[in-house]
Amino acid sequence: MRVPLKTMEPIVETKNLRVEFRAQNSGQAKKVAVKDLNLSIRAGEVFGFLGPNGAGKTTTMNVLLGFVNATSGAAFLFGVDVREPIARQRIGYLPELTYYYKFLTAEELLRFYARIFGIRRAEAERRIEQLLKLVELESARQRPIKTYSKGMQQRVGLAQALINNPELLILDEPTSGLDPLGRMKVREIIQRLKNEGKTVFFSSHELGEVETVCDRVAIINQGELKVEGRVADLVEKHQANLEQIFLNIIGYEPQLSV
Amino acid sequence: MNTVLALAGVVIKELYRRKDFYVLFVLTAVITLVMGSVSFFNDAKIVRYVKEIALLLIWISALVIAIGTTARQIPAERENRTIFPLLAKPVTRGQVILGKFAGCWLACGLALIVFYLFFGVVSGSREHYWPLLNFCQALWLQWVMLGIVVALVLLGSVVFAAPSSNGTISFIVILGILLLGRHLNQVALQQPEPLRSVVYALYFLIPHLEWYDVRDLIVYDRGLVRWVDCGLATLYAALYVALLLFGAWLVFRRKPLNL
Repeated sequence: MRVPLKTMEPIVETKNLRVEFRAQNSGQAKKVAVKDLNLSIRAGEVFGFLGPNGAGKTTTMNVLLGFVNATSGAAFLFGVDVREPIARQRIGYLPELTYYYKFLTAEELLRFYARIFGIRRAEAERRIEQLLKLVELESARQRPIKTYSKGMQQRVGLAQALINNPELLILDEPTSGLDPLGRMKVREIIQRLKNEGKTVFFSSHELGEVETVCDRVAIINQGELKVEGRVADLVEKHQANLEQIFLNIIGYEPQLSV
Repeated sequence: MNTVLALAGVVIKELYRRKDFYVLFVLTAVITLVMGSVSFFNDAKIVRYVKEIALLLIWISALVIAIGTTARQIPAERENRTIFPLLAKPVTRGQVILGKFAGCWLACGLALIVFYLFFGVVSGSREHYWPLLNFCQALWLQWVMLGIVVALVLLGSVVFAAPSSNGTISFIVILGILLLGRHLNQVALQQPEPLRSVVYALYFLIPHLEWYDVRDLIVYDRGLVRWVDCGLATLYAALYVALLLFGAWLVFRRKPLNL
């Protein structure tokens, strides 16, 4: 059961966001990674952010997370400028690949992040317990992360993204590189979060998955927003499934002769 | 503060889960014990040489631990990309710098305690004499000096991308300061202008790490450094640490981090 939207205030908002990177060589022009992007995601939505490799998805996420500064325009989380660290108090972030301290155990990693969020010890222990159960890592909780399989590392990643019980989750290709079982488990967790009314902003190449899970999608190509809307509306408007819409937008023409 | 301490805790955990510290400690212990067990020329004062060697090894090991641990902090975070989930939390880059400094400095302090305990046992068992205050003062001054070293290397770690280049350059600079820093004013006198002014400026600019070396006082039982001087040396180190950390924050705060 979906929790109704509490507010129409955007949780994630970008206004004419533009990101340019300096040229590697003096003769080259600046690379425009994101061109005047306007996005608005409301509470309780699951928003799919799609685009081919190099389209500007990760750069947009990097700006939202404060890793990269926008060249012009602005980005806000919960109405707070993303350059303010406090904007990240209520978010959870899962990177595309697992980037965690491999010498720590899952339990220690979660305790570390809980401490950063200023969660009290007893509450942190309770949440760690719950999250390890949710991601099915109870039996491996005291093993160093370096001994985990890729799927297990991705699930630790999900657990750390949820440690502060975030209102917004930013997931960068959460099922990338996972086997079908791992993918299904991650998808189940996202579905569960959706049912709990969390706002989820995620990028993915798995269009079937996006179609199943997302309320709204945006397709970006070469830094430009090409299409945005409810999945059902887009499918109806274009008389095609999401994959065909996506391929059409990025200008892919199938070559049948091999 | 909680964030800084949490970050420091991870650095300390990393130190004791890596083998570097154990290797250096075992090496120091083995060399000292072997030297201590041999009696050269039936010299009753041989214990002084053992103490001198043990303290030299402690200084070298502490520098290696401080530089090695600190040099890889920020570059390794960027290389392994652990910086991204970290900065996606409500953590400022200033807190990352402070947390890394606190972690590396505390880790050095813990390593020094282990080294000095060993030194105290070895020297006390040979001399039957326990100048605890002298040991504590030497440990404190060395730890304070390592604070400057850690801050300097941390500044290098936000400038240089690779831990190896940062480690090598930092080691050369610190060794240069330790060995040549005290002579720079004399070198300046022999230079024509404007080189003289440049060398003089350098003499006053560099942190004088050699002031914190009180090994001779322990080896030759020359008593304590005045506590006032000890306090002033601590203040001098605190000033350099603050300046170096501020520099590291200035460089790191606007650095774009791309996934």
